[in-house]
Amino acid sequence: MNEPVIIANKLTKRFGDFTATNEISFEVKKGEIFGFLGANGAGKTTAIRMFCGLLLPSSGSATVAGFDVFKQTELIKQNIGYMSQKFSLYEDLTVKENIRFYAGIYGMSRRLIKEKTGPLLKQLNLLSEANMLVKSLPLGWKQKLAFSVAVFHEPKVVFLDEPTGGVDPITRREFWNLIFQAAERGITVFVTTHYMDEAEYCNRVSIMVDGKIEALDTPRKLKQSFNALSMDEVFLQLARGAKRAGD
Amino acid sequence: MNQLLFLLEKEFRQVFRNPAILRSVLVMPFIQLLVFPFAANYEVKNVLLSIVDHDHSSYSKKFISKITSTGYFKLTDYSPSYNKAMEAIESDKADLIIEIPPGFEKELVKENKSKMLLAVNAVNGTKANLGGAYAVNIIRDFNQEIQVEWMTFPSFNAIPAIEITSSNWYNPTMNYKDFMVPGILVTLLTMIGTFLSALNIVQEKEIGTIEQINVSPIAKSTFILGKLIPFWIMGLVTLTIGLLVSRFFYQIVSIGNIGLIYLFAMVFLLALLGVGLLISTFAETQTQATFVGFFVMMIFMLLGGLYTSIDSMPEWAKWITKINPVAYFIEVMRMIVLKGSGFAAIKYHLLSVLGLAVVFNSWAIWNYRKRS
Repeated sequence: MNEPVIIANKLTKRFGDFTATNEISFEVKKGEIFGFLGANGAGKTTAIRMFCGLLLPSSGSATVAGFDVFKQTELIKQNIGYMSQKFSLYEDLTVKENIRFYAGIYGMSRRLIKEKTGPLLKQLNLLSEANMLVKSLPLGWKQKLAFSVAVFHEPKVVFLDEPTGGVDPITRREFWNLIFQAAERGITVFVTTHYMDEAEYCNRVSIMVDGKIEALDTPRKLKQSFNALSMDEVFLQLARGAKRAGD
Repeated sequence: MNQLLFLLEKEFRQVFRNPAILRSVLVMPFIQLLVFPFAANYEVKNVLLSIVDHDHSSYSKKFISKITSTGYFKLTDYSPSYNKAMEAIESDKADLIIEIPPGFEKELVKENKSKMLLAVNAVNGTKANLGGAYAVNIIRDFNQEIQVEWMTFPSFNAIPAIEITSSNWYNPTMNYKDFMVPGILVTLLTMIGTFLSALNIVQEKEIGTIEQINVSPIAKSTFILGKLIPFWIMGLVTLTIGLLVSRFFYQIVSIGNIGLIYLFAMVFLLALLGVGLLISTFAETQTQATFVGFFVMMIFMLLGGLYTSIDSMPEWAKWITKINPVAYFIEVMRMIVLKGSGFAAIKYHLLSVLGLAVVFNSWAIWNYRKRS
């Protein structure tokens, strides 16, 4: 259970003379829920895009699911799921059609898709909405569906970029239940968030400030070493020193 | 292969759910083909005519009644002086002035020749050109009539006149619809090929779903094929509807092989889809894509030979038409439909458009990157 699924070693991305991510190094273990925190503009999205093979790093090295982010991006893509802060389902397709399409482009067979769709719809309580267009669903439901679609093909890692933005607390709680279930199945979860209560749910948390990782540990140990009562305080202590604002 | 099928299934579902796309594929050809050929009319009628008759003789009256009876001219102004007639032109009441000088009849009878002034308002070039040409023809005709009339006088020496007759091959009645309709059909395919495909891909960029595709293991070429094939099929559907409209509404029956038209259209659509794809790789928003699309479209249309003849363009413009697939297809359409040209005659066009298709598509694929 302890083999690392993501290994980053001094991974750096520069845009001109701006260093978006500056020599970040860490390892994420299989089945771990890894919180990737940082203020807006800290370089989180840039890092995620490098891990997903969307962005070529400037220097350093990293592997995801055992594949190199420089040379084996197509292999990485076969082994990951991804859900961005931008809404990623097709609004003019139904719930069922979205599941079918995304499963299909990940190479799942028609039979397997059919087999797995029923239980998923049941789990998400979407049985009666299966043939409704996604645009008619409330935001929270869409997000849960988007997550389920991202892990439908049982990837080794799933990257979640601010998945719960704009969602009410109850739905967020339900969303995190889905994350826990995925982690139990052995899917590594790499998640960015701005909600500090969500940070508490993570096994380990890293906090990025101005492109660098300033802290990395379990939420409990972070609170101890920063002498704070909540992750909120830890975050504020670190992020206050940030020079970059907004993104 | 399996991935491609899933992509196609999704694209077709989206198309059938989008009434705007369905309408532009199915209804647009009807409307454009039923309305445009009548409006985009090369025949000039209702040229507004101003006459300044200083002579008031029987010959001048005869001439006026001749020119107004042709149906091309409408006598809207009868001015006492040239300056007054100019006022009519300035206020848009007249397009053309004919001034008959005093002593027109007397000179004609005495000296066997006379003068007439023809002034044309050339603000509207087509109208001026054709109106002027009609007027000259009528005057020449009038001239001949007088000569024939005078032949009976023994003292008169008939000047031997050379008559020029022309015959219009392949379109014997010079029916402009016969060459406009096939041309308009080509512009329709151009719109579908370029616009629909470009907007479709850029829309995925705007919504953000393209990002989801980019992190998936789907190959670049598969994704692009999944985008091209639906619009390629839609283009052929539009062509079929268009050909049916021309057949049953305009009675335009292609003299040449219809299969050849389809063969050419298939290659042509490939080239245009390449252009659409290329636009989509440059544009981030649908607004940008629309603007670039219009720009390209204007060049395709104005340098396509539908409205103006390519042969009369300057050399540099002729070179641009060489990289314009629309110019090839319009020419080929007319060759096949009106002249019945066979494969050998259009081989060069087909190869050129195939070449353009390869260039546009490779450029687009090269430009479409899954990662930056």
